[in-house]
Amino acid sequence: MGIAETYSRGRQLAIERPFALVLAVIVVVLFGDLLRGLATGQTQFADIGTLVWDGLMRGLVIGLAGIGLSMTYSILNFANFSHGDYITAGAFSGWATTYLIAGLGRADIGALLLVGAGGSVYGGTLGIGMLSTPLAVVAGIVVSGGFAIALSLAVDRTIFKPIRNEDGITLLITSIGVAFALRYLMQFVFGSDVRGTTAQPPSVSLYFIDGTVFINAHDITLLVVASALMLGVHVLLQRTKLGKAMRAMADNKDLALITGISTERVVRATWIIGGGLTGVAGYMFILWKGTLGFNDGWLLLLLIFAAVILGGIGSIYGAIAGGLVIGLTASMSVLWIPSAFSRAAAFVVMIVILLVKPSGLFSGRATA
Amino acid sequence: MSVRDDFTARIPGGDAGLIVLVLLGTYLAYVLAGFVLGYTLRGQLNSIATLTFYIGVFAMLSLALNLHWGYTGLFNIGIVGFMAVGVYVTAIVTKPTYVAGGAAQVGGLGLPLWVGILAGMTAAALLGLVVALPALRLRADYLAIVTIAMSEIVRFSFLSGELQQFQLFGNRVGFGGGSGLILDFAPPLEALLRGVGLWNGYLGFVDAFQVLVPRNPKPVVDGLVYGLLLLGFVAGFYWLLKRTGESPFGRVLKAIREDEDVANALGKNTDRFKIKSFMLGCALMGLAGILWLVPQGAVTPNFFRPRVTFFIWIALIIGGAGSNTGSVLGGAVFAAVLYQGPRYFQNLVSAVFPNLDSPSGFGQAISPLISQFDPVPFLLYTVDSIRQLQLVVMGLVLIWLMHNRPEGMLGYRKETASVIPLSRPKSMTADGGSDDSVRTDGGVDAAAQGGETDE
Repeated sequence: MGIAETYSRGRQLAIERPFALVLAVIVVVLFGDLLRGLATGQTQFADIGTLVWDGLMRGLVIGLAGIGLSMTYSILNFANFSHGDYITAGAFSGWATTYLIAGLGRADIGALLLVGAGGSVYGGTLGIGMLSTPLAVVAGIVVSGGFAIALSLAVDRTIFKPIRNEDGITLLITSIGVAFALRYLMQFVFGSDVRGTTAQPPSVSLYFIDGTVFINAHDITLLVVASALMLGVHVLLQRTKLGKAMRAMADNKDLALITGISTERVVRATWIIGGGLTGVAGYMFILWKGTLGFNDGWLLLLLIFAAVILGGIGSIYGAIAGGLVIGLTASMSVLWIPSAFSRAAAFVVMIVILLVKPSGLFSGRATA
Repeated sequence: MSVRDDFTARIPGGDAGLIVLVLLGTYLAYVLAGFVLGYTLRGQLNSIATLTFYIGVFAMLSLALNLHWGYTGLFNIGIVGFMAVGVYVTAIVTKPTYVAGGAAQVGGLGLPLWVGILAGMTAAALLGLVVALPALRLRADYLAIVTIAMSEIVRFSFLSGELQQFQLFGNRVGFGGGSGLILDFAPPLEALLRGVGLWNGYLGFVDAFQVLVPRNPKPVVDGLVYGLLLLGFVAGFYWLLKRTGESPFGRVLKAIREDEDVANALGKNTDRFKIKSFMLGCALMGLAGILWLVPQGAVTPNFFRPRVTFFIWIALIIGGAGSNTGSVLGGAVFAAVLYQGPRYFQNLVSAVFPNLDSPSGFGQAISPLISQFDPVPFLLYTVDSIRQLQLVVMGLVLIWLMHNRPEGMLGYRKETASVIPLSRPKSMTADGGSDDSVRTDGGVDAAAQGGETDE
């Protein structure tokens, strides 16, 4: 291959996809800046390690919650804006259970069930943690998943099913209504204060080149639970008949109907899997960050949308990969820009992907 | 639907008559509630002024949104972002220049308010351009997500400490971070009256008002006159959008909404039309934001949460997307019933039952209900937290509307792209036929019947 040929190919690329080229230049500049920082000692390797770990954890939560959103997006064909409030609802139900089990006999039951609304009980005082109260945490995980499944099935039955055949925008607007009703109902019941939910978990410090990276028990719990669930969904979709039906449905609804796949059964299965993962993601998110407020899910929702679009709507692997990219972007952007803009940076990455590759990173590989 | 249409047809003045009728009904209800509350004349006038203010801003915003969604089919859920940019740019341009030791942390450029408003509208339109360029080529739901992400980016930018203050043309200006900005310049009403040389006359009018409101009548008169000014702006928006919609430009927009490929095939550069329409709508949203927030005297970034965007969507959907009359009505009904209504109800309850101690949390509210079947604390808590519950109600109203009346209050009123009326003449709608059947020929009876069976 001659130099002239390489040059002309490069020129063609520049003409056809100017955005991609600009993007590549920006990435090179940012990376160069990072290397310069490392070389001059302004940035420490351990700082980067901490940020990467933080981003990975955030990405796991976003990816786990994103699977459900991606599935409903492709199978039911609408962007579900109430997804964020399913996360919050799952978290509140799970944490009420955890509080109840961990604090039974030590505090008023009402206060425990309301997850310490108004500062009546504190998670730290109850000593909640994966290692200190394992039973309460495991029960919380189970209940959060179960409650989110029940909630999403109930909402689907009463609200989404009657307008199943409307266009995506009608369903989207309806889901905004659901989101409003759920969120402020939760605020009505649980109050608007952000409460601390966990005691400081034990952590190990890992030496990393020029400093230490702290990894605590809740990080490990999140890693294990999220990976196990993701693997489970993978097996379910690839190996079972239900998974095959779901993939067929996402790929081509009419063709799936002709082959005798029951639409409503697949839709129900979608809500069960998606809702369950979402609820657990909500619980794990709170366990990992240690605070709980009624707005948490809604604030996370836009990042989840970014992840799902990034990965390509309908692909669960795309949702997971997109979640990790968005999580890492949000965490690592502080290396270059003020921390107030870290969420903004994640949105910018999403918009850039929409520009460069509108169908997402994993497009054309719809798996669920 | 046909009953409703007959009803609107019987009102003298048509659409304008309907709007006036709804407004009068609303005011009557508020005045009656004011009597129950035992409001003085001052209280009554104040509540009317507040109501007019919110009717004005929501009607303006839903008209602007109607240009995006009802005319062009652009699903914009980043309305607050454009409002925020309009308000903040106006503030920076209009605030007096920074003086050390003054009350304001940062200054502005010290230009007249009209320059600021124009700059704010331009900035909102330019932001619209930046958002539209990448997003308009994509699916409608992508545009939705991009616009809401943009509105959050705007809010984070105004919140951030880094942009709290910076230098612009040698002046110390800034967005003020989380604590916001003091808008220490003449409010729009004063600026307008001074501009046309009526300020002294206005002050004389205020003095004359002392006959009705003895002590310090200025805030009351200000509120009322500003409410009227806003209604004037609503009329202006309405006229502008009606003219736009009926122009050749507007017809292309409606054609894009119905079928973009067809419009494209007819040789229209649809991207360009969409961008222009989007920018015009954004500028109007910026203006509405300015008229909403500048009179408040201060602005904080957290006002611009996405929920305000959804308020405007609910207003538009109540009225019916696609119809300008519907947008105004939707804005008025939303402001009177869903936005101000619950707060007014709360005032009503606390006026009728003074000295009530409502429980501080859900726990204290629910436990008497469970243990002693005593619903009073729970009801008190409900009334006390009406500001949260009103959002629940809004959500439920939105769901109900999408289920039962997605076309809005006025029914199917979407304006068609055609220049000639496509609806059947009135004489034939009387026998129960629907208005919106599309006829392509001149009006032979048999053809119309055939068209009906095809539906």
